[in-house]
Amino acid sequence: MDVSPADLLAGVTATAAPLLLASLGETVTEKAGVINLSLDGTILLGAMTGFAVAATSGSLAAGFLAAAAAGTAVAAVLSLIGTWLGQSQVAVGFTLTLLCRDLAYFLGTPHARQPGPQLLASPVPLLSDLPLLGPALFNQSLPVYLSFAAIPATWYFIYRTRPGLILRAVGENPAACWARGIRPRLVQTAATLAGGALVGLAGAGYSLALKPGWGRPQGCEGIGWIALALVIFGGWHPVRVALGAYLFGFLQISTILLQDLFPSLPTQVFQVAPFPIMIFTLILIHAGRNARGRKQRLLLRLFRGRPPAALGRTYRQA
Amino acid sequence: METLPGNDMIGLEEIHKRFGRVEALAGVSMRIRAGSVHGIVGENGAGKSTLMKILTGFISRTSGTIRFAGREVDLRTPRDADRLGIGMLYQEPLDFPRLSVLDNFMVAAAGHDPGRLRQQLLELSDRFGFSLDPDSAVERLTVGERQQLELLRLIHRRCRVLILDEPTTGISQEQQEILFAALRALRDRGRAIILVSHKLAEVRSLCDRVTVLRQGRVVADQEQPLDEDRLLQAMFGSLPGGQRTVASRETGRPILAMDRVFSGAGRSGLHDVSVSVAENEVVGLAGLDGSGQAVFLRIAGGLLQPDSGSVRLPDRGRADRPAKGRDCRQTVFLPADRLGEGLVPGLSIREHLLLAGDAPFFLAPTTGRTQAEKTIATCNIIGSPSTPADGLSGGNQQRLLLSLIPDRARLILLENPTRGLDVRSASWMWQFLHRRMGDDGAIIFASPDLEEIMARATRIMVFFNGRILLDAPTDRTDLQTVSRAITGRTPEDARLPAA
Repeated sequence: MDVSPADLLAGVTATAAPLLLASLGETVTEKAGVINLSLDGTILLGAMTGFAVAATSGSLAAGFLAAAAAGTAVAAVLSLIGTWLGQSQVAVGFTLTLLCRDLAYFLGTPHARQPGPQLLASPVPLLSDLPLLGPALFNQSLPVYLSFAAIPATWYFIYRTRPGLILRAVGENPAACWARGIRPRLVQTAATLAGGALVGLAGAGYSLALKPGWGRPQGCEGIGWIALALVIFGGWHPVRVALGAYLFGFLQISTILLQDLFPSLPTQVFQVAPFPIMIFTLILIHAGRNARGRKQRLLLRLFRGRPPAALGRTYRQA
Repeated sequence: METLPGNDMIGLEEIHKRFGRVEALAGVSMRIRAGSVHGIVGENGAGKSTLMKILTGFISRTSGTIRFAGREVDLRTPRDADRLGIGMLYQEPLDFPRLSVLDNFMVAAAGHDPGRLRQQLLELSDRFGFSLDPDSAVERLTVGERQQLELLRLIHRRCRVLILDEPTTGISQEQQEILFAALRALRDRGRAIILVSHKLAEVRSLCDRVTVLRQGRVVADQEQPLDEDRLLQAMFGSLPGGQRTVASRETGRPILAMDRVFSGAGRSGLHDVSVSVAENEVVGLAGLDGSGQAVFLRIAGGLLQPDSGSVRLPDRGRADRPAKGRDCRQTVFLPADRLGEGLVPGLSIREHLLLAGDAPFFLAPTTGRTQAEKTIATCNIIGSPSTPADGLSGGNQQRLLLSLIPDRARLILLENPTRGLDVRSASWMWQFLHRRMGDDGAIIFASPDLEEIMARATRIMVFFNGRILLDAPTDRTDLQTVSRAITGRTPEDARLPAA
């Protein structure tokens, strides 16, 4: 199979789009000091909900909205039990992952392997004919355009707006926020819900666009964990998180291409390969941070990031 | 509604606060006037913090009336207090260390135009003679600068009542003067300022009126000029014993020897430090916050390895062993951040003592209880064997840390040991330390309080920017020389004509 660089790039941006939405959503949540570990299950639930609603109603928009609503609902459970009832976010999030995954398979059974609607590419006139970058940037489906917009939008929100400042402040020191008349738990709840909505959208991005259809497996299993890892290795910075998502998209695309070069290897190898490669890449990047020497440190500043100081610690109000 | 100077800004009537069976406030009534600085003094546990927490809405009163500018108000959350214009400067700066100065200023500020807020921050900073860089990260500032930032923020929020809790703890003399000048300026503009303090000297120089709390009650109320003896008597019931100046004793063999030690840790690092401390010495470390005292203590305690140079610590009477693998039974370090570095928050007093002593392999719930009860009694800790360390007040945490010092300790290192302690607790602590030190030990302590160092230490070392600028016996130097060294002028400089 002969693949042009333009097609390769187009594949990368398309593959990375849902992952981007999920990891940016999680970035917003974690910036407020809340860890939402339920990502992997939420994506599946979003994928199922999106597909089922779109197939039943015939409306793709309804499907995406329903997926976002499903993601928000899962986040609301985490928020209620974690933020408001003071239970461990990690334990609740982990349980939610398993619950949502099985719930998605169970509720989605009637729609498994059924035909359904699919979001097609909406090329931007003229621009999509640009050499090399045209197909990657301007001949994509709406979720991909949304993922492009989400990177600067998230960055701008977090670092250049007043609610963004409050979000960061809550993630760093909720007690100080409370003293200043901010309600830390409300801020955390808002961030969790907004992040959950993006994660739900990511699910529909799979079942309605990137890997259309529903079944077991759907094909987006495991993505949630990658998104969680990306947030950490991306240093809680939206742009670096986005770079990580594109790296993973590239790995997924290239293993598909490699499949044709080694026809004797079982296909499972290629499906699984991006995950360990991604983890090793991230470890290499991360390990480099401890490097001594000024030059290395300068180089690695790009990858440096510190978690919000109050991350994962439930804020107990007096 | 503007409150004229002299009129009551805050009126408290019969404020009670109960925590379970404990009555922290037993009917406190007082009035705080606009355009005045009102001091609130009292020993540890007198109810000062509780009263301030009620005024800032952190906790609610059990009963009583609060009036603000003549109107009865209900303070349920800090949000309510903030809306009325009651702001507080906490003893531990309650800010966002990772965010920039400007970001800290902007969190919950009025308006969100970074350009305009930056301008306003700079103008305010200028007006009060502060020098704050809006773009630097708050974690790089000194405690004094963080306080200045917080003060500017509250002024920008148009706070009409400013509460300061022990504001001079951990800040330099210079910063203290800048702060006091700012507070006087604010008072003259009609703000009401409440100063919670242990230090009578600063109360005397700043406050128009002083209220003394003792065991949850108002026991004295004075206007300037203050009668200090009566204030002290009101605070403690009886006057604490006079400060005993430690007499220089015959020093013995060296216990700690540092040779050409360099370190890049901390704000200033350490540069070329060579000192030797011998048995029977009590060394006080002075200097601006973050000038190297903290790094020095941690290197001496074996918690930090120097980048270069050698450190020798006590070992069976010989000071010739490298610091690696130090004997933690001979060297103890008591950090300023007691809960963060010294104690384990979730563990009880009994468990702390078990950790420090030779506990058996199997631990029953009763193991070490008698021992713990004995320690609690001898060290005057207010708590029971099962009280967790984070449930103790600051002074009691310090007493618990002290009780963990082993008998055989020969080098005791302390960072701001009397922070948050009242006069009586502090003098108890020094007696305790001298007993523990015996006659073959040494004490090195860092303190922001020069008078404490001059009274308690036999030798003083002044740090400036990671170097020791002055190292002298306390009876052969004076406050003037020491203060000069703290600001970076060596005794040699003083003799040179001004350039």
